[in-house]
Order: sequence, then C-alpha cells, then structure tokens
Amino acid sequence: MSIFVDDDTRVVVQGITGGEGSFHTDQMLAYGTNVVAGAVPGKGGESVHGVPVYDTVRQAVRKEDANASVVFVPPAFAEDAIFEALDSELDLVVAITEGIPTQDMARVNRRLREVDTRLIGPNCPGIITPGETKLGILPGDIFAAGSVGLVSRSGTLTYQVVDNLTARGHGQSTAVGIGGDPIIGTTFIDTLRAFDADPETDAIVMCGEIGGEDEEEAAAVIDAAIDTPVVGFIAGRTAPPGKRMGHAGAIVSGGGTGTAASKIAALRDAGVTVPETPADVAAAVDELL
Amino acid sequence: MKLHEYQAKRRFAEAGIPTPSFELAETVAEVLAAAESLGYPVAIKAQVKVGGRGKAGGIELVDDEAEAEAAADRILGMDLKGYTVEQVIVEEAVDFAQELYVGITMDRGAGQPVAMVSEEGGVDIEAVAERDPDAIAREHVDPAFGLHPYQARRAIVEAGIDAAVARDVARVLQTLYDVWAGTDATDAEINPLMVTTDGEVIAADAVCNVDEDALFRHPELAEFEEEEARDELERKAHEYGFDYVRLDGTVGIIGNGAGLVMTTLDLVDHYGGEPANFLDVGGGAKADRIANALDMVFSDENVDSVVFNIFGGITRGDEVARGINEALSQFDEIPKPVIVRLAGTNWQEGMEILNTDLVTVEETLEDAVQRAVEAAAEVAA
Repeated sequence: MSIFVDDDTRVVVQGITGGEGSFHTDQMLAYGTNVVAGAVPGKGGESVHGVPVYDTVRQAVRKEDANASVVFVPPAFAEDAIFEALDSELDLVVAITEGIPTQDMARVNRRLREVDTRLIGPNCPGIITPGETKLGILPGDIFAAGSVGLVSRSGTLTYQVVDNLTARGHGQSTAVGIGGDPIIGTTFIDTLRAFDADPETDAIVMCGEIGGEDEEEAAAVIDAAIDTPVVGFIAGRTAPPGKRMGHAGAIVSGGGTGTAASKIAALRDAGVTVPETPADVAAAVDELL
Repeated sequence: MKLHEYQAKRRFAEAGIPTPSFELAETVAEVLAAAESLGYPVAIKAQVKVGGRGKAGGIELVDDEAEAEAAADRILGMDLKGYTVEQVIVEEAVDFAQELYVGITMDRGAGQPVAMVSEEGGVDIEAVAERDPDAIAREHVDPAFGLHPYQARRAIVEAGIDAAVARDVARVLQTLYDVWAGTDATDAEINPLMVTTDGEVIAADAVCNVDEDALFRHPELAEFEEEEARDELERKAHEYGFDYVRLDGTVGIIGNGAGLVMTTLDLVDHYGGEPANFLDVGGGAKADRIANALDMVFSDENVDSVVFNIFGGITRGDEVARGINEALSQFDEIPKPVIVRLAGTNWQEGMEILNTDLVTVEETLEDAVQRAVEAAAEVAA
C-alpha cells in the first residue's frame, strides 16, 4: 500500500507547456504516472508528449477524470493556479513552484480549510509511490518499492537519504517532499499520521531542517499517537541565526527559535533516533526492521 | 529584505502613521544643517540594518551644535555589528510619557498573519515575549478580510493600553496592517510607539522587512535591494544569483538544494572541520554556473579546501563535471584542493568526464566531506 498517491491517481499538469512542466511530464510518463491532461490558459487544444492540453482544470477533470494536479506555474501566477485546482474538486494538488510570496500562501492556507483537497508543497520535489506513480520532479530511479515511509522538507536531502536507504535494501512505501517554505499544505504531522495508518509502512524516516516549529510539534504527536517507529534527521546544526539558508523557511530566528538543537532534543524526547549523518539514518532503519 | 529605518518610516508616514520629522545625512556638515533646521534637541541615529543600535552606541540624543558635531563625527563611519555606518537620520526629539509596541508578522505555525500590541515598548520585544508572553496581546488575522477594527480594539484593551490613546493606537495598528499587506512584508513593527507628554501617539522607530519572493510586484522597492549585500563575496553571490551565506571556517562548500547543502555543512562540523560558507547552486545548474560557484569559493581567502556535493534530480552530473573541468583548467595551479562527489542523474557520465588531475573524486558524501576536512587541516598545518 501507500499514502496519498497510487496507480489510480490521474494527473493534470498545470503549466505543462512550460520548460519544466513539459520536461517533467515526460519524466512522469516514463515512470508510469497516469498523466491524463495538461491545463494552461489559452493553450487548450494543444498536446504535450501526447497529453491533451485544456484551458482550465475543470475541463481536465470533466473530460479526463483527473483527480490530482501538479503545479509547475511560475511564482507570480502560482497562487491563482492553486486556487483553481482547489476549486476543481481534486483529491490532491502538488505544488512544485519555488518562490511563491508568503502572503499568497497565507490566502491559500486559509482556503484549504474550506475544501477537502490535500495540498503538498509548495517548493517541494513532489511525492512518489515507487513502482506505481510519481507526481513531481523526484528522480525515479533511486527509489525502490518497500516498507519505509519517508517525509522531508528538502528535495535533494530526500534523494540523499533515499539513496542510502535503497543501497541498504530498504525500499520505500511512499516518499513525500512537503516543501521548504514557511507556509505549506501537508505537514509532517499529516504525513506521519497517514504512514501510521498504512499497514505496509513499517518504519518512518522524517527529515526536518531549521526554521519554524513543525518538527517540535511533530515530535509531540509522535510521542502521543504514532506507533510506527520513526528515525529523524535534522539539517542545519551549523546554521547561524538570522540567515536564510536557501529555503525561505530555513532560518533560525534572531530570538533563537527554530534551531536544530531544539528540534533534535524534541524528537529524542519523543523516543526518535536522530543520527548525525544520512548514512547513519539508513543504519538506524536496519535496527528497526 | 530589510528596509532601513528611514525607508520604513517614510512608508509608514505616507500611509498616515504619525512620525517625528527627520532628515537623512551622510556628513557632519549635513547633520548640523539638519539639526539647525529641525531645532535642538535632536536624535542622531545610525542607519544600519541591525537591531539594538542604541545599545551598540549608534543612537545619540544631542542638545546643541557642539554635541551634535561630536556625535556625528563618532557615529558616521563607525563599525556597528559588522556594518559601517554611512548614513544617519537627524530626528526631532520626542518628549515621551510612555513607550508602546505594535507589530504585524506572519505566524508560520498558524499560517496566518498576527497583529501584536504591548504596553512594554522600547525594549527587545522578543525578550518580553520570552519573559512574559501575556504582556503581548495577539490577534490572528484572516487574510481574506484583513484586520477587523474590533480586533484592533480588542488587542488594545487586552494589552492594557490607556483608554485616552486607544483610538489613536488602533488607527496606527490598522494602518500598519495595511502597509504590511500592501508591501508584502514579513514583519512590520513600531518599537517604540511613543505616547508624548501631550498625549499624541508617534512612531519613534520603524521596522519593515519585505518578502524577497514578492519583490517582483514591488518595483518601487528595487532601489533598496542592492544595499543588501554585506561584503564583496555576498555582492558577488547576488550578482551570480546564488543562495550564499558566508561563515567563519576553512572548508568551502558547494552543493545543490538547501537541505543537502546544510547537511554538508553539518557533516564538515561532524568530522571536525569548520564550514566556510553555504552555497546552493540551485536546481538544473549548467556548466557556467558551476564555474561561477567555484570562482566564488576560491575568492574567499579563508577557504583552504572545497567540497563539491551534487545530488542530481534535475541537475545533471555530466554538466556539473564539465563546469568543474572548465573552471579548473583556467588555472596553472589549482588554488585549493577540490573534492567532488556526484550522485543521481548522469553521475557515472560525470565521474568519467571529471579530470582527476584537477580534482579528487569520492563516491559517498561522508568520504568526500572527510577528505575535504583533512585537506583543509593539511593546508593549515
């Protein structure tokens, strides 16, 4: 089994005619994802890698039964694209776009409370259920099907950890990149709960980083409500306060919140193993399985 | 992006928030002329983008020309927490009875804006928040509607603000929210918001930090942006479009993706070295970008070795390898040892392309970092 996406996921790509949208549509098709439509205003009637393009997401839902979207729309138009997706009765929206203004995401976040659609991202690599489907830009060939659930705020760190896991023979049930922005849709907690409810996920790897308090909140939930064993990893132990480390959300505040030390301590207090290197994360999974 | 006090204050004033009269000055003569026209006493305030300027000696209240000259001479050109003071504002002194705090920020956890009011202004508000969280009244704002007037009133009552100035403070808070939203700010703060001995409410300081991701829709702020860069290297990074943070160590780090680069820094520390920088080349970097990254790290004189760690998703190993070869072939002698580790998309091709006369190749992240730490130690010894 898996969480959030599987063989039945039917994808509409918003921004399919752009460079990234087109390239990754090709990659997703090659992986076996059911990319059933594209949606780009004014480009209805075209096709990209054999996928029909519509002017609106609603048309893609009506004509192709799309139930999920992947957003490759540039930052200035991403809020609108996500609102359109949320207004089209999809089950899932995966926003890859990096650099969406935070106030735009505050409006999206507010809308999310009123709809049943799940948002993953933005500023994320997407989600993959190995051997079934991937929505996003993750390089499919490093993943293997298995029983480790992975959730991470960072793209390339996900790849690194997956590489270590796969090399040790630990395939993944689903890997979710939740994104490096201050305001995101699906959180660590949402994902941890979903993995915990998935009978085929036997261990969870959670990769966090400096900034915000999501890891601390997740630690409290792990302690109280997650039965599946969790291995944690936190990036940014050496990050100085007040400097944005690449991701908009990866910043230790001047007041000292959001530090790696606080996150590691919270996770360890919740009984989570938190190794210092990605290779040791995979080794810690050995101990659990 | 942080705005200077004077830039933020002008925006607040334009929106209708009362502020003291002030003038910007860059020389002692300009300070004296400004003070003359405003009338003594005046405050001379260093314009650098750091907090705690007063404690660090960057703000002085002066009563006459002799004092003003001495203060201006001292503050202009001084080093304030690593920044050289090039500009000051000369501001009319405010006779205050009380110092309040008002601010708007984004509450990440809640995913919505929050308006804050406190009677304990004039001090570090984060210290207040830690010592006595109840001293700050908070109202979360629904971004679809903005700050409702009742919310401003409620926050002011909860904060225990004197009823005599409640209406004026509410107006300031409401206006501050509108400026925050209209400027795409991450934070907008007035600390202190002074209540004068005459019962007027006036913004004695102004903080406004703008979301860099929203600058595309604020061309009016573009002129403030170039002042951001702090030193030569950070200016260069800005020009090349890299996410770059300079640190104090000797192991230079280049990688792709924020989380993985941070992890590489942490590993340098884990293996006993000290990271010299954070440099993220971003996704899909081509050969010239890789060469620029090497150029950046080489031009940091603290750097003794460089670890190059690329995990390709959309970034291709062969492109990276070509960029490294290209950049290094320009040198008669490689200035600093470079250790490369490639993984992910096209990594095998990349490994084959890499010229091992110029670089050391390692297969795992851990090995590459260890080798770089050792190399830096050898150079230092």
